[in-house]
Amino acid sequence: MEPVAVVGVGMTTIRRERREDGYADLVYEAVRLALEDAGMTIDQVDNVVTVSNDFFDGRTISSMAVQDACGSFDKNVSTVEGDGTFGAFYGLMRTLSGSFGTTLVCAHHKGSECVMPLITNAMFDPIYERFLGVEAVTSAALQARSYMERYGVAEEDCALVSVKNHGNAFRNPAAQLPLRLTVEEVMSSPYVAEPLKVLDCCPISDGASAIILASRERAERITAKPVWVKGVAHCCDAYHLGDRDLSEVRPLREAARRAYIMAGIYDPRKEIDLVELYDAFSYMELMWLEGLGFCGPGEGGKLTASGATAFEGELPVNPSGGCLSGHPVLVAGLNRIIECVLQIRGDAGERQVEGVRTAVAHGINGPCGQSHCVWVLGGER
Amino acid sequence: MAEERKELIKLESGEAEQPFRWSAGVYGSRFLTELRDNKRFVGVRCPRCGKVYVPPRNVCGPCFVELTELVPVSDEGEIVTFTVVGFGFVDPSTGKQKPVPYGYAVIKLDGADTYILHYLDETDPQKIKVGARVKAVFEEERTGSMLDVRHFTLLDR
Repeated sequence: MEPVAVVGVGMTTIRRERREDGYADLVYEAVRLALEDAGMTIDQVDNVVTVSNDFFDGRTISSMAVQDACGSFDKNVSTVEGDGTFGAFYGLMRTLSGSFGTTLVCAHHKGSECVMPLITNAMFDPIYERFLGVEAVTSAALQARSYMERYGVAEEDCALVSVKNHGNAFRNPAAQLPLRLTVEEVMSSPYVAEPLKVLDCCPISDGASAIILASRERAERITAKPVWVKGVAHCCDAYHLGDRDLSEVRPLREAARRAYIMAGIYDPRKEIDLVELYDAFSYMELMWLEGLGFCGPGEGGKLTASGATAFEGELPVNPSGGCLSGHPVLVAGLNRIIECVLQIRGDAGERQVEGVRTAVAHGINGPCGQSHCVWVLGGER
Repeated sequence: MAEERKELIKLESGEAEQPFRWSAGVYGSRFLTELRDNKRFVGVRCPRCGKVYVPPRNVCGPCFVELTELVPVSDEGEIVTFTVVGFGFVDPSTGKQKPVPYGYAVIKLDGADTYILHYLDETDPQKIKVGARVKAVFEEERTGSMLDVRHFTLLDR
């Protein structure tokens, strides 16, 4: 693959409600921050990819609500309906096409403006599943049980993830929910859908983010600290929950395998310094650690309990606080990429992890991680 | 603009609805009419991999071949995974909130290789086990919908 770099990143704070801001206000803020970070003007952006979902926004062609705010006036603009990591993937392809030297990718979400269970219910099949009330939390509970039963994972193992990630969020001023928690507090929080408790679940959030991708030639002119795309892949499982083995992470293993081959990674545990993964629910961090090849099947809990994934551990996972500490849907995957970029550049401030050369960002789309997108990012081309 | 006002306005979408009419297709219609008229489940078998899909559809995703052989499957099966839901959910078909808690499961019907989702008649998670046997309980009045099955009941309590 021709070298492509992330040359600018910007994100708003993540809050339960950014009442003073509409979608366009959030996007304008994130895009301005990304341009400022890159030292670019909007004229230097060759094309734009927006990320939005019409159901969440309550309007069709939801991307058009941010057309001015993302700076796409008189430009080629297209939209991805899915997680930000998938939007960034499309932005990467547009950059690789040779038609565009730079690509701006932005995403927005306002969970405060919709009824979340009704929207996530609508991702399920209207003939066979939707009337049965299944939505994001119920389906996650079914997956959590399936995974935990198969590998003998305890609720306490999952609770450790909530304790760690909410704790990490104290170092991230953009995070919505920094919390000092104990495993006991997570365990005694009320059940939402058994075995998931309130503190196993991400919050509802508002936020927006933007990144700027550039070809090698443009990147090296724009910034002294480009962060290079070393490898990237995505892989999709069956749509119907009933067609899938929910305890399995096959599509993630496959996406990770392809991304690692592209990046020349042979031993992810040794060669990757930091991970930002999509922990919408605490159990997901354990499953995704396994799928990303950092431990064997069913061993995510053990790896977490060992302290390896803690902020001070050998493989910090979600030093930003993760989705558990703020989950603007769609934006969340871009936020994983942004945190990796800041960490590799050494610009992560109070939460800077020492010596991050290679980092993995991960996003999901569809119920229970139906599809996964894996990014390997590095400071050296 | 002499005076600055701090009021932030929010507009409500109100009672506006977006009604849809989704076609269940030929196999989906057969599946739903069998539920309605005969209290039976049907699936479809893949001629290449042999997998029986319930509900039936016209293509096997992994093999990417057309499916034509409809086969009956049992109204009994086993629990693959389950949850007990503790938060209120407004049923989009009725606009009413379903009483909580309620049991929810992924169920493998005997004779099927894929699973369906449905309600359980048990709300104590200690009394539900992965692998437990269940049987469909049908509504008296059936309309040709997944809700023609009221819930699945645990056998061997």
